[in-house]
Amino acid sequence: MLKTVVLHNVLMETVIRRRRSDSVKMAAGQQWVLVEMVQAFYEAPAYHLILEGILILWIIRLLFSKTYKLQERSDLTEKEKEELIEEWQPEPLVPLVPKDHPSLNYDVVTGPPSHRIIVNGKECINFASFNFLGLLDSERVKLKALSSLKKYGVGTCGPRGFYGTFDVHLELEERLAKFMRTEEAIIYSYGFATIASAIPAYSKRGDIVFVDEAACFSIQKGLQASRSFVKYFKHNDMEDLERLLKEQEIEDQKNPRKARVIRRFIVVEGLYINAADICPLPELVKLKYKYKVRIFLEESMSFGVLGEYGRGVTEHFGVNIDDIDLISANMENALASIGGFCCGRSFVIDHQRLSGQGYCFSASLPPMLASAAIEALNIMEEDPGIFRVLQDKCKHMHKALQGTPGLKTVGEPLTPALHLLLENSTGSRTNDLKLLRAIVDYSLDRQIALTLARYLDKEERFLPPPSIRVVVTVEQTQEEMEKAAQCIREAAVKILK
Amino acid sequence: CLLNCIVQKNDKGDCFHQPRVRGEDSFEEAPMYVAVLTYMNYGIVILFGYFRDFLRAVGLEKCHQAQEREEQRNFVPLYQDFENFYKRNLYTRVRDNWNRPICSFPGPFFDIMERVSDDYNWTFRLTGRTIENVINMGSYNYLGFAENNVDFLKTVAEETRQYGVGVCSTRQELGNLSIHEKLERLVAEFLGVESAMAFGMGFATNSMNIPALVGKGCLILSDELNHTSLILGARLSGATIRVFKHNNMQSLEKMLKESICSGQPRTHRAWKKILIMVEGIHSMEGSLVRLPEILALKKKYKAYLYLDEAHSIGAVGPTGRGVTEHFGVDPNEVDVLMGTFTKSFGAAGGYIAGKKELVDYLRSHSHSAVYATAMSPPVVEQIIRAIKCIMGVDGTTEGQRRVRQLAENTRYLRSRLKKMGFIIYGNQDSPVVPLLLYLPGKVGAFSRAMLKRKIGIVVVGFPATPITEARARFCVSAAHTREMLDKVLQSLDELGDDIKVKFSRHRSSYRPELYDETDFELDS
Repeated sequence: MLKTVVLHNVLMETVIRRRRSDSVKMAAGQQWVLVEMVQAFYEAPAYHLILEGILILWIIRLLFSKTYKLQERSDLTEKEKEELIEEWQPEPLVPLVPKDHPSLNYDVVTGPPSHRIIVNGKECINFASFNFLGLLDSERVKLKALSSLKKYGVGTCGPRGFYGTFDVHLELEERLAKFMRTEEAIIYSYGFATIASAIPAYSKRGDIVFVDEAACFSIQKGLQASRSFVKYFKHNDMEDLERLLKEQEIEDQKNPRKARVIRRFIVVEGLYINAADICPLPELVKLKYKYKVRIFLEESMSFGVLGEYGRGVTEHFGVNIDDIDLISANMENALASIGGFCCGRSFVIDHQRLSGQGYCFSASLPPMLASAAIEALNIMEEDPGIFRVLQDKCKHMHKALQGTPGLKTVGEPLTPALHLLLENSTGSRTNDLKLLRAIVDYSLDRQIALTLARYLDKEERFLPPPSIRVVVTVEQTQEEMEKAAQCIREAAVKILK
Repeated sequence: CLLNCIVQKNDKGDCFHQPRVRGEDSFEEAPMYVAVLTYMNYGIVILFGYFRDFLRAVGLEKCHQAQEREEQRNFVPLYQDFENFYKRNLYTRVRDNWNRPICSFPGPFFDIMERVSDDYNWTFRLTGRTIENVINMGSYNYLGFAENNVDFLKTVAEETRQYGVGVCSTRQELGNLSIHEKLERLVAEFLGVESAMAFGMGFATNSMNIPALVGKGCLILSDELNHTSLILGARLSGATIRVFKHNNMQSLEKMLKESICSGQPRTHRAWKKILIMVEGIHSMEGSLVRLPEILALKKKYKAYLYLDEAHSIGAVGPTGRGVTEHFGVDPNEVDVLMGTFTKSFGAAGGYIAGKKELVDYLRSHSHSAVYATAMSPPVVEQIIRAIKCIMGVDGTTEGQRRVRQLAENTRYLRSRLKKMGFIIYGNQDSPVVPLLLYLPGKVGAFSRAMLKRKIGIVVVGFPATPITEARARFCVSAAHTREMLDKVLQSLDELGDDIKVKFSRHRSSYRPELYDETDFELDS
C-alpha cells in the first residue's frame, strides 16, 4: 500500500515537474533554485496542488499508523500437514467421573417435595427445600394451575415476541409490579437466567461493576457474559466498597472524557444465599448518590420473606423502592412456582424486552406456572400475617441451633436458610464434606431431611466453605424444629467427636 | 441432489427407516433492483429518524420514551443515544407486529387480543375484544402437542394434583424427583442413545453446559448462523471460537486443517479438544445440516460434534427422531445430542443426550444441576406423554400420524409457495419456511394485512437476520389441515400480488412432477 502511494506520488511529481519545466524557463543544468520552486508552486494549477496535498497527508498517515504483521503463513508441505493431523490426539470429551463422586448420586425424592417428603424411600420432615411460605402444597394454587391447564395446555410454543405472550403473562407482570410498588415488571421462564440476562443487558464492555464477594453463581455468570470490569469488595464491608469507589473516582479525574460514558453498577443480594445475611441497604443507597453508581438488587431469598408485607429488603429497611434501579428475584422460592422476574421503573425495565437474551430468545413461561404464581401472590396479599410467622420461626430455629457442639451457625436470625459449618475443619474439603454428609445421612435416618449446600468447586470465584443448609418454612411446627435441632446435636456429638 | 448412501441396518430389519434423499437447500438470490430498493428504504428511514431526533431534541416534538429520574439526572446515562436509535426510529414504527398477546392455547387456531395504539405504537392498550380463530402460522407447534384436550392431558392434571407446580430445590439437593429420572430414561430410549439429562430451559441448556464441556485451550468451530444460546455458551466457556460459513463443508474442512496444523494462537500448543457446533435445522433459514459430511470430517480430524436439534427433533425423520434418523445415521456417532422440548413436545425445557460418561459428567459438573431449580412436574409429565405418543408406546398410532402429517404439510406448503413465485429459503423437508420480503416497509404491511385476513404470521428483520433479508417465517404444524393451508396459500397469493413480494424468477415449478397430488404423500 505504502509503496504504491509513494510510486504514485513520484509519478505525479514528475508530471508536475514536466509541466513546470514547460512553463518556467530553467537555468542550464536543470538546477532547482528555491525561488523558481516557489514560482512553480504558485503557477501550478489548483487541482494538482490539492491532489499532491492529499497524497502527502496519506503518506504521513500510513507512516504513523500501526503496522499489522501478516499471520505467518505456514509453509508446511501437504505431507507434513497430514502427519500433524495424524499425530494430534485430542483429550476425551469429558474426563471420567469416579463412581463414588459425591455429586454423581442424587438423593431421589418420590412424591411431592412438600413438608413431608420421601427421600430415598424414607419419609422425612423437609428442612431443605426453599418452600418458605408452604405454597408448594396449597390447594388453591393447584386448582388455579389446573384450570389454566384446561384452557391453555402446557407449553407456549414460542418466545414472547412470536405469539408467546399470553394474557396470564401480562397479568402476572402487572400484579408483580403492583405488589412491589414499581412501575413495571418483566418475567423470565427460568430463575437462574433472570439476573444472568439482566446484567449483560445494561452493563457492557468497558463498564464497571462492584460486586460483593458472596454473590451467587447466576450473578457471576451474568457478569462474565457482560464482559465488564468487575471489582469485588469484601462481603458486606461498606468501607471496602467505599475505598474501591474512591479509587475509581481518582481514575475518573485523570480521564474525565472517558468517565462520562462509563456506566457503574453495584450488584448485591438482599439476603445472600451463600452467607445467609442481609446487605446494608441504607448505606448502599448513600454511596449510590455520593458516587453516582446504580444499584441492582437480587432478592431471590428475601422476596416473600423480609418486610412487613413480604416485599423484601427495601421494605425491611424502609428504603424508597425507586432508589433501587433494578430488583430481580426468582419465583422458585417463596412463590413456589418456576421462573423469575425483574421490576423497577419503566425506563430501566423496558430495555430488557429487546436486550434481555433470556427473554427474547427463549420460550416464555408455561401459562399454568404463571397462573400458579398469580394465585400464590394472591395468597401472600390476603394474609400478610404469614411473614411475621415465618420470621418468628426463623428466629426460633436460629436460637435452637446455637451451641451445637462442633458446628457453628452462620446466618442472621431472620434468614430462613442458614448454614451449619464445621467449627474445626479437618484441613481437606473432601473430608469436611464427608463428615457433613454423615451428619445429613444420620438425620435422614431419623426423619429429618437436610442437604449439603452444593457448589461447583472449580467454577466459583470465592468458594464458600462446606456447609449443611437448614431451611425454615412456615409449615414447620415448634416440635418439629426442636426435634431437628436435637437430631443435629446428636449427630454432631456422635460423628464429630 | 445429494444421495446418502449410508443405510442403517437396524434390528427390526424392515424398510421403514429408509434414509431420505437430502434435497438441496435453496437460497435463491433476489433480483438486483430489490437490493437497491432495500438500501434506499433504510436510507430514507434513517435520515428521517435523524430529523425526528432533532425535532425531539429541540423540543418541537414530544418525547414519548420513559425518562430518567430527576434525582439521577447527573448520573452517567444508562443508554447510549445511538444504541436506541434503531429502536426509537425504525422498530417502533412496526412494533405492533410483535408481542401480540393471545388468550387461548397456541394450537392451529388461536385467539389474539386486539390492541390499538393511540400514539403511533409508543404505547398500546387492549380494547378488550379478541380476534377469534386466527390461523396460527407462527408458533412452534410442529406435532400439534399444544392442545387442551382433557383426555390427552389426564396424566398431566393428575401430576399437578399430586405434586403441585414448583420444586423449590436444585437437582443436586432435594429437587431430584423420581419423575425426572423416568423422563431421562425415556428420552435416552427415544433417541437411541445410552443416557440423557433434562434441564428446565432450552436456552440455558446450551449456555450452561457448553462451558462445562470445553474451556480454555479448546477450539470451537461454530456455524455462522448459530443461535444466540450457542454463541453465549461458547463465549462463557472461554474457548477460542472460529466461525465457518453456513453449511459450507469446504470452509469447515479448511478451518479444521489449519487449526490442527498451527495449534493454539501465539503459543502453537496443540488444541485440547475441537468441538464443532451445528444446528439440525436453523430457525431463520430453514436449512438442514449436512450431517453425513460433518460426521466424515469429524472422524477424519478427530473432532467432537455438538448437534443442537431444537427445531428438528420430532419434526424431521420418518418416526420423528430428528436429523440422525433423517439421514440414516447412528445417533451414537454424534458426541453430544442436544434438543429442546418446547417445539415439538409442547412443553418447556431442554435435554442433552449421549454416552453415559458424558451424562455422568454433566450430572456432577453442569451449572444447571447445582444452581438451578429442577423442572416442574406437570411439564415433565407432558413431555413423557408426548414422547410416548410419538414412539407409539401408548398404544395408538396418533404419534406416527402426526409425524407423517407434518411431513406432508411441509412438502405441500413449500412446493405451492415456490410455484406461486415467492422466494423460499431452506430444505424441502424443513417445517420452518422463511419467505423473503427484503424491504422493511413491506414487512410491516405484510404482517398487518395477514392479520386482517385472520392469519397470524411471524415476520423477522434486522438484527435477527441480515439487514437486507427481512422475511416472514411460517412454522408448519401437524395440526394444520389441508383446508387451513389452502386458505393461507390463497391469502398469500392475493397479498403477494398486492404488495408485490413475488420476487422469484422461477415462476413456474421447475419440477413438474410436483403437480401430481400424490407426490405429497411420503414414499414408504
